[in-house]
Amino acid sequence: MTLRLIINGQAQEIALPDSRLTLLDLLRDHLQLTGAKKGCDRGQCGACTVLVNGRRVTGCLTLAATLEGAEVLTIEGLSSGADLHPMQQAFLDHDALQCGFCTPGQIMSAVALMAEGETGADPDRVREALSGNLCRCGAHPGIVAAVCSVLGEQG
Amino acid sequence: MSHDSYPMRVMDAAEHGLTLPAAPLRYGSGGKVPARRDGLAKVTGAALYAADRQAEALLHAAFATAPVARGRVVALDTQAALAHPGVVQVYTPANRPPLAQHPDEKRHPFNFRHEALQDDTIRYAGQPIAMVLAETPEAAAEGARLLAPEIAAEPPRVDHDAGTPWQPEMVGFFAPAQAEVGDVARGLAEAEQVVEVEIETPDQFHNAMEPHAILARWEGPEKLLLDTPNQGPVMIAGLVAGYLGLPEGAVEIRTPFIGGGFGSKLMIYGAMILTALAARDLGRPVKTVLSRAQMYGPVGHRAGTRQRLRLGIGSGGRLTALDHEVTALASSFEDFVEPSGHASQHLYAVPNLAMRHSARRVDRGTPVAMRAPGEASGSAALEVAMDVAAEAAGLDPLAFRLSNYAETDPATGRPFSSKALRECYAAGAEAFGWAGRPAARMGRDAEGRLIGWGMGTSQYMCTMYRGEARVKVHADGTASAAIAGVDMGQGAWTILAQCAAEGLSMDPERLRLTSGSSVLPDGAVAGGSGHTATAGMAASEAGRNAVEQLISLATADPASPLFGAGNSGVVARDGRLSRADDPSRGESYSEVLARAGLAEVEGQGVGERVQAHREGYAMFSHGAVFAEVAIDPELAQMRVTRMVGAFACGRILNPRMVQSQLEGGLIWGLSFALHEEAQYDPATGRILNADLAGYHVPAHADIPQLTTLTVAEEDPYVNALGVKGVGEVGITGSAGAIANAIRHATGFTPTRFPIRIEDVLAHL
Repeated sequence: MTLRLIINGQAQEIALPDSRLTLLDLLRDHLQLTGAKKGCDRGQCGACTVLVNGRRVTGCLTLAATLEGAEVLTIEGLSSGADLHPMQQAFLDHDALQCGFCTPGQIMSAVALMAEGETGADPDRVREALSGNLCRCGAHPGIVAAVCSVLGEQG
Repeated sequence: MSHDSYPMRVMDAAEHGLTLPAAPLRYGSGGKVPARRDGLAKVTGAALYAADRQAEALLHAAFATAPVARGRVVALDTQAALAHPGVVQVYTPANRPPLAQHPDEKRHPFNFRHEALQDDTIRYAGQPIAMVLAETPEAAAEGARLLAPEIAAEPPRVDHDAGTPWQPEMVGFFAPAQAEVGDVARGLAEAEQVVEVEIETPDQFHNAMEPHAILARWEGPEKLLLDTPNQGPVMIAGLVAGYLGLPEGAVEIRTPFIGGGFGSKLMIYGAMILTALAARDLGRPVKTVLSRAQMYGPVGHRAGTRQRLRLGIGSGGRLTALDHEVTALASSFEDFVEPSGHASQHLYAVPNLAMRHSARRVDRGTPVAMRAPGEASGSAALEVAMDVAAEAAGLDPLAFRLSNYAETDPATGRPFSSKALRECYAAGAEAFGWAGRPAARMGRDAEGRLIGWGMGTSQYMCTMYRGEARVKVHADGTASAAIAGVDMGQGAWTILAQCAAEGLSMDPERLRLTSGSSVLPDGAVAGGSGHTATAGMAASEAGRNAVEQLISLATADPASPLFGAGNSGVVARDGRLSRADDPSRGESYSEVLARAGLAEVEGQGVGERVQAHREGYAMFSHGAVFAEVAIDPELAQMRVTRMVGAFACGRILNPRMVQSQLEGGLIWGLSFALHEEAQYDPATGRILNADLAGYHVPAHADIPQLTTLTVAEEDPYVNALGVKGVGEVGITGSAGAIANAIRHATGFTPTRFPIRIEDVLAHL
C-alpha cells in the first residue's frame, strides 16, 4: 500500500513494505529519521515520542498504515540548521540531558505541552504531564527546569 | 545563539572516532563552565547511537529465549522459522559456527561467562537459545517466534532459600569476602547496647534507556567493526577478538554515544559474540537490538542481598563494634558477588570492625556491577542501622554520626588523602534546615501527612585505572586530543577536552576532541567513577607533554625571546610561553611551531595513581544526604518531598555536569528506597515485571526538588588533577536517608527495599 504523509513539512508518498510497520520503525528504518528512539517498543518509556497532527504520540504504538494524510513532526524537523527551537535551546541551557537517549522524546513531549496549555510553568504539573517520558540518568531536575523556563516565557 | 560552526556530522563507516569541537555555550558567571560538546547533537537528534546505524545488505537478528529458568532445550522448529519469508539462517547449538574461546572459559576477569549457543542447557529464564537472521527485523522476530521451543523444565532455584550455598573468596572485583579489625565479639560484649538490623535488597536491573545494540561488519578476514555502546571499548574489543580467534587490534568498537550504561555495558554477552559470528558466517553486516525484555537476564543486574548489621554502642554514643554480614545471590555459572559489606568498612570510627560475605547460587542471569555495586545496597542497610543505633544512644542522627567520625580509615588505619565530610554535614544540614527537625513521629504538614526527616552519609572509593591519551598543538594555534573516552552521559566529551586543554594551558574552545573508538589511545573503562581521574589525567598529562616539547624548541632557539630561559624558567598560559622572570617576553605556541618549521607537536600522556599514594592513603569521595518524606496517614503512600546532598569530591572540573551527576545519584537512591525491584515467579523462575511498566524507574512525578552542593576539598594524593569520582557517590547515603525519614515519621524500621506501602501501613 502507498501512504501519503507530511513529514517535517514535506509531503511524502511512501510504499509501505510491511503492513505491520509502526510509525517508529518507518521513521527509523525507512526514512533515516533516527532521532526518535526505541527504548521499549511498547509505549512505556516515551523515547519515541513524536507529534502527529500536533498531538504527542508514542511512535512505537502507532501503526504507520493508520496515518494516511497525517502531519508528522519529529525532532529532526523541529529546527533547521543553526536556529534551535526554544525548547532545544532550553535543554542545553539547563543541562537537561545526560546520555541523550530519551532527549528527543522529552523535547517533543515538552513541545506538545506548549500547545496543550494545561500546565503553565508550574513544576508539579509539568512533572505530571511529562511522566510518560522516562529518563534513567536522572536528568529530571534539569528537564523540568528547562521546560518550565520555556513555558514561563510563553506566559 | 548561532551554532553555525558546529558540525552536524554523521559518522560514516570509514571513520575511526568522532571529532567534536567545543559547544558555543558556557555556564556560570563569567562563562567559565563549558557546556556539553555532545549537547547539540543530542537535542537535534543528530547523535547516532548504535541502533541508529544502517549498512548495505544488512541482516537483522532476533533471539528466541528460554521461557523457564532451568532445564534443557529439547527441540526447536527450525524448519518453520527457515520457511518464513525473509528468514536467512537460524543458529542453534547444533549449527552455530565455532568459537576460538568457549563462552564459559575465563581468561580475563571481564570474560564474563555467557550464553553463545554452546549447548542446550538453560541456566536462567530469558537466556538466548536460538538466533534468527532475516532480511527485515519483522521477519527475524516472526522467525524467532516460530521456533516454538520444546523444553524439558526442571524446578528452578530462584530465591535465597532455594539457592545453593557457596562461599566465595573474592567479592565484587578482587575484593576480599571477609575481613576483621580488632575483635568484634569482644567489642559487642563490651558494648552498653547492641542493635541489630536485618535488611533484604532485591535484584535491580540497570535499564539504561538505550537497549544493547550491535552492528557487526567485517571489513576483511581480520578486521571486524562493531558499532555498539560500550563502557570499556579497548578492553572489550580485545576480549571479543579472543572469542573470534582474531589477533589483537583486529576488532574496532565504535561507541561515540552511549544511551546509559550504569555497568551493564561493561560486559561480554552472547548477542555481542553471536552477531559478529553471524556476520562472518553469512558474509553480510548483521544488526542485533535487544528488546527491553531481553535486558532482564543476559546483560547483568544488581544482585539481591540479605544483610545483617550488629552495632555495639558504648559510652558517649561511641561505636564499640560493627559487624556486617551479607548473603548475596549469585548465578549458577559465574562468580560475581555483590560486595555490600565493604560499604561499612571505611566510614565510621569503630575499633572492632568486621564484614563477611556468603552467596547463594540461583537460576538467575549473572549479576554484575550496577551503579555503586555493593556500596549502594550496603550503604542502604548501614545507614538504617546507624539511625537505629542513634536512637538507642539517645542522639540526633547527625550528632551520632559526628560522634563516630573517622579521622583515619577504620579498616586500614591509613590517613585519608582528603576528607571534607564534616563540611558536608554542616553545609547539608544548613541547607536542609536540619536544626529544625521535628520530634520523631510528630511531623505533620498542612494536609495532615506525616512528615519525616532522615539523613545518611555518602562514601564512594576513588577508583583509578591506567589510561593513555594523545594531544597535539597545531601551527594554527589550535589543538586536538585523541582518546578512546567513554561518554554515557556523565560528560566525558566535555571533561576530557577540558583536561587536555588544561594540560596545554589553552582555552578548551580551541581544542577538538576525537573519541569514541577503540583504535584511539586507551582511556580505560568508564566504571567505578574513575573515568575522569584516569582518562582526564592522561589527557592533561599529554597536553603538558606537548607544552614541554614547545618549551624545549623555544628555549633552544636563539631567535626565540625564550632562548636560554631553561625549562624551569618558562610559564605556559593561554596558548603562550613566557619567561617566568619577565612575563612580557614570550611568544605563542604557533610562533614557536612556525619558526621550527613544524606543523604540530604531539604529546603523550598516561593517567595512573602514584603507587606510594595508593598504598599510603585511603581515598574516598564523601557526602551527606538529607531527605524529607510525606506519608499519607491512612494510605501510607510515601512521597519524597525534598532532598539535599552536600558532597566532597576533590576538585570540581565542571560544576554544571557534576551537579547533573550528583542529582542522578540522589534519584537512584530514591529509586532504590521506594521503587526498584525485579520480581521472580517461583514456579518458572521468570521475571514477572521485565518491562518498564512493571519495573518502576522514577518518572518526573516521583522526583522532588533536589539540591546538591559541593564543598571545597583539595587532594594532593588522589591523582595529579585532584579529582575524585562523582558518578556513584550520590546513590550512597540517599537510599538510607529516605528510609530513615520514613522511620522518623512512623517509627517503622524497614526490613526490605524497596519500602512498600503494605510494610508501612502495618505500622501506622
